[in-house]
Amino acid sequence: MQKRHWLHAGLLAAAAVLTSAPANAQGSLVMYCGVQEEWCRAMSGAFEKETGIKVAMTRKSAGEVYAQVKAEASNPRGDIWWGGTGDPHLQAAEEGLTHEYESPMNKDLQDWSLSQWKAAKQRAIGIYAGALGFGFNTQQIKAKGLAEPKCWADLLDAKLKDDVQVADPNSSGTAYTLLATVVQLMGEDKGFDYLRALHKNISQYTKSGAAPAKAASLGETAVGIVFIHDAVVFAVQGDPIKPVAPCEGTGYEIGSMSIIKGARNLDNAKKFYDWALTPAAQALGAPAKSYQVPSNKSAPVPAQAPKMSEMKLINYDFVKYGSSAERVRLLTKWDKEIKALPK
Amino acid sequence: MRPATRLVLLTGWLGYVLIPWYLPEGMSLAGYPFGKSGTALALVLSGAAPWLAPIGVALVLASLLSVRQENATTGKLLAWIGFAGLVVFFAQGFAITLKDQGMPTLAALLGGAGAAQPGMGFGALVTLVSLLLLLCHGLAYRGLCRGDVFTTSSIGIVIMLIALFIFLPVSTILRSALVDQSGNLVLGEFVERFFSPTIWGLGCLGANTNCGVAWNTLILAVLTGVITTLLGLACALLILRTGMPGKRAMRLLTVLPIITPPFVIGLALILLFGRSGLFSTFLFDWFGVPRSRWIYGLPGVLLAQVLAFAPIAFLVLIGVVQGIAPSLEEASQTLGAKRWTTFRTVTWPLLRPGLANAFLLGFVESMADFGNPLVLGGNFEVLSTKIFFAVVGAAHNQGQAAVLAVVLLGFTLAAFWAQQYWLGSKSYTTVTGKGDSGLPTPLPRRITWISALVIGPWVALTAVIYIVILMGGFVKTMGRDHTPTLQHYITGFSIDFSRGLYFDGSAWPSFFTTLKLAAISAPLTALIGLLTAYLLTRQRFAGRGALEFATMLSFAIPGTVLGVAYILAFNVPPVEITGTGLILVIAFVFRNMPVGVRSGIAGLSQIDKSLDEASATLSARSFTTLWRVVLPLLRPALVAALVYSFVRSMTTVSAVIFLVSAEYNLATAYIVGRVEAGEFGLAIAYSSVLIVVMAIGISLIQLGVGERKLGRRGTPALASSAAEPIKQG
Repeated sequence: MQKRHWLHAGLLAAAAVLTSAPANAQGSLVMYCGVQEEWCRAMSGAFEKETGIKVAMTRKSAGEVYAQVKAEASNPRGDIWWGGTGDPHLQAAEEGLTHEYESPMNKDLQDWSLSQWKAAKQRAIGIYAGALGFGFNTQQIKAKGLAEPKCWADLLDAKLKDDVQVADPNSSGTAYTLLATVVQLMGEDKGFDYLRALHKNISQYTKSGAAPAKAASLGETAVGIVFIHDAVVFAVQGDPIKPVAPCEGTGYEIGSMSIIKGARNLDNAKKFYDWALTPAAQALGAPAKSYQVPSNKSAPVPAQAPKMSEMKLINYDFVKYGSSAERVRLLTKWDKEIKALPK
Repeated sequence: MRPATRLVLLTGWLGYVLIPWYLPEGMSLAGYPFGKSGTALALVLSGAAPWLAPIGVALVLASLLSVRQENATTGKLLAWIGFAGLVVFFAQGFAITLKDQGMPTLAALLGGAGAAQPGMGFGALVTLVSLLLLLCHGLAYRGLCRGDVFTTSSIGIVIMLIALFIFLPVSTILRSALVDQSGNLVLGEFVERFFSPTIWGLGCLGANTNCGVAWNTLILAVLTGVITTLLGLACALLILRTGMPGKRAMRLLTVLPIITPPFVIGLALILLFGRSGLFSTFLFDWFGVPRSRWIYGLPGVLLAQVLAFAPIAFLVLIGVVQGIAPSLEEASQTLGAKRWTTFRTVTWPLLRPGLANAFLLGFVESMADFGNPLVLGGNFEVLSTKIFFAVVGAAHNQGQAAVLAVVLLGFTLAAFWAQQYWLGSKSYTTVTGKGDSGLPTPLPRRITWISALVIGPWVALTAVIYIVILMGGFVKTMGRDHTPTLQHYITGFSIDFSRGLYFDGSAWPSFFTTLKLAAISAPLTALIGLLTAYLLTRQRFAGRGALEFATMLSFAIPGTVLGVAYILAFNVPPVEITGTGLILVIAFVFRNMPVGVRSGIAGLSQIDKSLDEASATLSARSFTTLWRVVLPLLRPALVAALVYSFVRSMTTVSAVIFLVSAEYNLATAYIVGRVEAGEFGLAIAYSSVLIVVMAIGISLIQLGVGERKLGRRGTPALASSAAEPIKQG
């Protein structure tokens, strides 16, 4: 008889070993982290040290966190969602997946951070900003006999045919920022004309937003359109890549933070939220090789960070371009009018 | 009633009366036997959960039967009681979940209007199994499966597992193909999405644009399936049927890709053949061949997939080639056939089930593959990546993902039926009890040459790729700065001895979790897979075909979709297991089970039923037959299932990326993070460590399971009694 039960016995044993209900007692916090691992660990470790609250941190890309939060909506597991580009945060806010909160730290924050907070109806707040631009491989550009590209228009040079990479806006927030930026900078018709011209030079629409930076640093492509801080990472490593803030002006992302609606550890989530907006917490990015600009006015700006003050930034409309209706419209149009074009 | 049934009943009472019914938060037993850690009986008596009462009634009724004789009437009653018990069990489970969810009308009917209950725990699990087994025993009493309770119970358990962990999540996700955000049925939108030109467009034929993603996937999968099958066959034939030198090294090299984490082969291919790759640079510097980006797209993905999946075909086919009875080939030669004729008319037809299975695996693997198209796809889009980005990308379109999943599922279904059609109902039995002797015929010369010509470059390429991977962990930046360094290994795997033994490398936590979960899930996968294969090939019961298809279903669903489906299905009661290690183990088991099933079926279809029948005639019960006769003959299949599930548990990305939690992070999720951050060095170093660990794991499995011993001439030191008369002869 006992032989007959080997199967369930095995399952039961496995269940006994593995099942441990998620920590629910006071003094813990479940954090979904949307930036790169090293920064995530620095944040969760520092918070643990400071408050004694045990942080269970999971790192995922912003889109993956959004998908998870949405899937778990009926029975949320996470408490705080920290980091990652602003659009999925806005989307979650729009769908009511996140919690309204007004932090006492708000008064110390940059205007762009608060405008994100307003756009999200108090459900998300800006924690860092990064401008859009491109990185070019210095060796490849030299070999082609080109002057160093400085503007969006320079990327249309016929010599760069099949030598520019950018992500697919359907899969990457970075590339969607490019789409929205170009539309705001040049107007919708001219903007799509620009993208149509650029399409001839694009060798590949990558999946991940930061991938073109890596490709440019390796010489797999001459130019990669990315957030500037993604290109800075490789430049700091000593790779032959040079980050550029385009001369015509450019858009930017606001990395955000949201409290998840129905958080089981709401008080701790609020504690983390307040703490994450302090200058000390925001200074943790640079040592972890993340060179975004922090949102607290008195947080130190990393020396390697692209200087936002020296760039021409457009007045990016996060409310309009972060709404799902406008996004779906632009993405559908891009699919039809750009992606489907022959080369 | 048989003693076995009484024991099952007792277990049921144990689950109902003694073990906490729900999963207590934090495993605390405070308030036992009432409250959150209450037992079903206590909760019913205290009026906290009246809807659990009917389950108790079912147990009482079954107990009344325990003194009755075993006959068809008892069986009928028992089966009905078990069935009714299961119905009320699931009715209350799905009707009463979280507050304001579940099925309100049904909940009110069960006396739980407006009530909520947490996820089911061990008490519920034990009771559920007991009810299921009561049903199965009852059916056996009625004479089903020759009255064998082991067989009916196994069928019952396998069906239950598949229903719960494959059908439930898959139907959850497919439902979202048909409904919009607010839950309304939108057929029109579904049709529009389904026939979209981005899926079915044929632009690549004339208009110089990209073809629809469905065609891309199909072309890639067919090519991968055919090429991997042929490579696997060539390799198996060369190793088993020729005296070729270097066989051991070749065998090792062909198995290496299977234990390589995803992304790594793709990365290595870029470092070799990319525009600035080592090989491209060499060609450019020496022969002036212009650098190009050919690797990004169909050729690159195909190359990576062939490298990655041919070993699976090899593992399936080596068992099949081993199993072909040499006596048939000898008979052919005795009748005057040349080697080539023998191969064409005897060996080849006998290989067909193996070939079909190998092709099906390669085809389905290619369709579900996510890592290689992600790294090397370029503008060549396939369904799996498209689905992933429909879920996590900027568009956040789960409905679109579900529609694409339907297309993918359709292809897999078609492949499955095509395979069935091709194999038909012919017999491929060659391992019989009847003095199966003879020496394997050497391969015809032309087959040897063709095989060697195909395998040679493949092995060479694999070797080069692994040199790149090995080196990549020890140099600063592969492809740019080749200064030797140990930095990557120190970051990931440093151990601090100053405070005792402290694993302070950043990779250790995910490493230990991965190892633990893989070690737990591999034997479970093999067990369930082979048991299912045995039931499918050896037992006749209604719904067998549906069961076989269901086992392939989880394999066909791309990992990402399965991951999201698991979250959707198992984040709420009655089965609330997200965030635990259990959900990862279950995902591993049911995703990898098809390999156990396929290799089991391939192996079993070679073993003659007369062996089972002989065992049954000698009055062995089916469990004994399975354990003493079939399983020893299935060793290659067992090895394949164990190795594959162990390895896949350690290398899967897409299925688990939504399921990992802070406490249970996995190696591959960590590696993907490193790749995203551009830290190829650490990613490659970690992958190398995983490769070594998996190699050790595989050797242990092979050592533990041992080789299959077929009574054939020239096999020295055979102790089995079946071999004796042959030696005398």
